[in-house]
Amino acid sequence: MTAATIFYALLFYAAFLLCVIGLVYKIADYARTPAPLKIPTTPAPTTAGGVVLRMLREVGLFESLFKANLWIWLFGFMFHVALALVLMRHLRYFTEPVWFWVAWIQPFGIYGGLAMVAGLAGLWARRFLVERIRYISTFSDHLMLALLAGIGISGLLMKFVAHTDIISVKAFFLGLMRFDWQPLPTQPLLLVHLTLVALLIAIFPYSKLLHAPGLFFSPGRNQADNPREQRHIAPWAAALEKAKP
Amino acid sequence: MAAAEVVAPPLKQYPVIPILQAGAMAHSKPYTANAAIQQAIGFPGELVEDWQNKAVAKLGDLLHKYRGLKVYLDACVHCGACTDKCHYFLGTGDPKNMPVARQDLLRKVYRRYFTWAGKWFPKLVGAEDLTREVLDEWNTYFNQCSECRRCSVFCPYGIDTAEITMAAKEIMDSIGMGQKYSNEIIGKVHKVGNNLGLPGPALLDTLQSIEEDLKEETGQDIRLPLNQKGAEVMVITPSADFFAEPHVYSLIGYAKVFHAAGIPWTLSTHASEAGNFGLFIGNYGQMQKIATRVREAALELGVKRLVVGECGHAWRVAYSFWNTLIGPFDFLDPNYPVPQHICELTYDLIQRGAISFDKSANDKYVVTFHDSCNVARASRMGGIPGGQFEIPRAIIRAAANKFVEMDADSIREKTFCCGGGGGILTDELLDLRVKGALPRMEALKNVVDSDGVNFMATICAICKAQFSKVLPYYKFNMNMVGGVHQLVSNAIRLGPK
Ligand code: SF4
Ligand code: SF4
Repeated sequence: MTAATIFYALLFYAAFLLCVIGLVYKIADYARTPAPLKIPTTPAPTTAGGVVLRMLREVGLFESLFKANLWIWLFGFMFHVALALVLMRHLRYFTEPVWFWVAWIQPFGIYGGLAMVAGLAGLWARRFLVERIRYISTFSDHLMLALLAGIGISGLLMKFVAHTDIISVKAFFLGLMRFDWQPLPTQPLLLVHLTLVALLIAIFPYSKLLHAPGLFFSPGRNQADNPREQRHIAPWAAALEKAKP
Repeated sequence: MAAAEVVAPPLKQYPVIPILQAGAMAHSKPYTANAAIQQAIGFPGELVEDWQNKAVAKLGDLLHKYRGLKVYLDACVHCGACTDKCHYFLGTGDPKNMPVARQDLLRKVYRRYFTWAGKWFPKLVGAEDLTREVLDEWNTYFNQCSECRRCSVFCPYGIDTAEITMAAKEIMDSIGMGQKYSNEIIGKVHKVGNNLGLPGPALLDTLQSIEEDLKEETGQDIRLPLNQKGAEVMVITPSADFFAEPHVYSLIGYAKVFHAAGIPWTLSTHASEAGNFGLFIGNYGQMQKIATRVREAALELGVKRLVVGECGHAWRVAYSFWNTLIGPFDFLDPNYPVPQHICELTYDLIQRGAISFDKSANDKYVVTFHDSCNVARASRMGGIPGGQFEIPRAIIRAAANKFVEMDADSIREKTFCCGGGGGILTDELLDLRVKGALPRMEALKNVVDSDGVNFMATICAICKAQFSKVLPYYKFNMNMVGGVHQLVSNAIRLGPK
C-alpha cells in the first residue's frame, strides 16, 4: 500500500463525508424554513402537477435562462448536459459488472467531455468579455471555473494523450466502496484529476454549487398559484394569529 | 437636501444595454424617516447604538422566517442573466442597479456572518463586514429597486431581488434607518384609514360631489355609496381614486359598472385604502395590520363580496396574501373569488351580457396597455395562468375600437415597471423615477410613432401617478395615461333597464 493510495483513499472519504453532511444539513435547513407567503413568479401553474412540469422545464431545459439570454443558455446548457453525460460515463468505474446503458453511452461520453470543456470556455470567456458580467464576477467565480476546467482537461488528456491504468483506477474505487483498499496508480495527470474532483465534491454544499438543490426550494418556482383557493399559512404566522386577542 | 437635477435620457428606437457608469446613481437617496414617523409604527426613532449587531441579528431572524431569502442568498451563480433586465440599470447605467449586484450588497454581508466560507475566506467569496459604508450603500441602492420582480422572471433559479430588497428594508427599519415616504404613509393608514390622510367627512364630500357631477352629465342617479350596510359588494380601492387625476375617472367607471349591472355596492371609510405599503417595507406585521382593516370593514358592513380597484401592489397583497393574512373568508359568498379584481367583475358582466358598450365613445383614442408589475408577475385574474394579461385587454377591446400592443419584450410578464413602484413615488427620487421609466417610454414612443397611440391604459394607481409626472420629461402629454375603467366609463351604456 503506497502513501498515495492511503492519502487518496482518505481524501475521498473525507470529501464524500463533507459533501453529504453539508448537503443534508442545507437541505434539511431549506426544508425546515417556512415560506410564509405565496410568492410564485406569475404566470405560474395553479396545480401541483403544473408545478412539477415547470420545475422539469427549469431543470431539464433551463427555461428561464433561455428567455433571458441565448448565449448564457447555450454555454450553460451545453456544459450541464455534457457534465451529466460525463458523470454517467464515469459510472463504469463504480459498477461491476458495468450496467448495460453505461457501457452503451461510453463513446458519447467522450464528446461529452469535449463539449463540457467548450461550454466552460464559453462561460469563462463571458466573465472577461462582457462588461456587466466582468463587473459581477468574484475571485471564487473564476476559481470554480478553473476547478471544473482543470477536471475536464486533465480527464481529456488521460483519454487522448497519456493513458492511465484505468483497470487499477476502477479497482481502487471499487475497493473504496467496499472498504477493501486497492493500490492507486500514481500517474501525475490522474492524481491531479482526482485531487480536483475530491475538492469539488468537498466544497459542493459550501459554495454557489448550492444552486442545484436551491432551485428545488425556490418559492418563485416551486409554489402553485392558488392563494385564493387554498389558505396558505406558515407556522410562525399561525402563532402570531393565535397570539392576537 | 436639494433634490438632484432630473435628467431624462434620450429615447432610442431599439433598447440598448448601457455601458457601465459606476456610481452614476450613488447620489440618489430617499429622505430618512424622522423619530416621530418611525416610532408611530414601532420602529426605533434613530440609528440605534450597536446597530451593526442588531442588523446582523435581524438578518438571522429573517433567514429563519423566509425560505425564499435563504435560498436566494445561497443559490446565485453570478451567471449574469439578470444583469440587463432591470429598468433602473437600463435607465441609469449604474452597475449596482443590476439585480445581481443589488442582491450582492446583502449577500456579501450574509456570507460574512452566516456562511462557513465567508467566515474563513471572506476575500475569496466576496464576503464583507457590515460597515457604515455598506449600510449607506443599502440605503442608496435598495431604495432604487421598485420590487417589480422583472429580474425573477429571467433568473434560472427564480431569484427574486424584490424579496432581498424587502429584507434589507426590514433590517434598516429595525435599526432606525427608515424611509420617510413609505413609513409616513403607513402611519397615515393607521391613523386616518388611507394613504393620503383623507378623513371620513372629506371622503363623503368628494363622493357626493362626484354623484352630483354624474347626475348632471348623464341624467342618471349613479351612486357612490359609503359605509352602506348590507351592500352586496365592498370595493377597496387606492385612495388616489378619490381625488387624483386620472385615477378618479376609473372610480367613476366602477360606479357606472355597478349601476348598469344593478349590483348594490359600497365603499368604506375604515378601509378607504387598497394600497398596503407594508409590502414595500417587507414587514409582515404591518402588512397584516393594514389588511386587517379590510376584514373588519367587511364584517361590519355585512357585505358578501370583496372587490379591489385598480392598483397593482394592492392587488398582489389582496390576491396573494389576504387569504393568508386576514382569511379565512368563510363569511363571504363562496360563488365569487375572494377577493375579486374589478376587472374580473367587469369582464364577467361583459361575458354575461349584463353590460354593453358604445365603443365609438373611445374613438378619439388609440389605446395601448401597460401591464403593471405586481399584477403581471405576482398575481392572477380569472381561472387560468395569464388571465391577468387577457382580462384587462379583453375589457379594453370591448370598450374601444383601436388597440395596439407595445413591443413583446415590454409587456405581459416581461413588462417594465413604470419606475415609481415599491415605495419610491416621492419627489426626492424623481431623477431615479424619470430614468427608470426609460424602457417603458421607449416602447411607448415606438407605438406612438407607428400607430398614433395616444392613450396608455393601466390598472395601477402608482403607475398612473408616476406616468402623469414622468411623461412630460419625455415630451409626451401627461394625460396620455389613464385607467382601464376610464375607458369603460366613457363607453358603457347606461340606459335604464
Ligand atoms: S425587482 Fe425590479 S427594480 Fe428590483 S432589481 Fe429586480 S428588476 Fe430591478
Ligand atoms: S440570473 Fe439569477 S443566478 Fe444569474 S446572476 Fe442573476 S440572480 Fe444570480
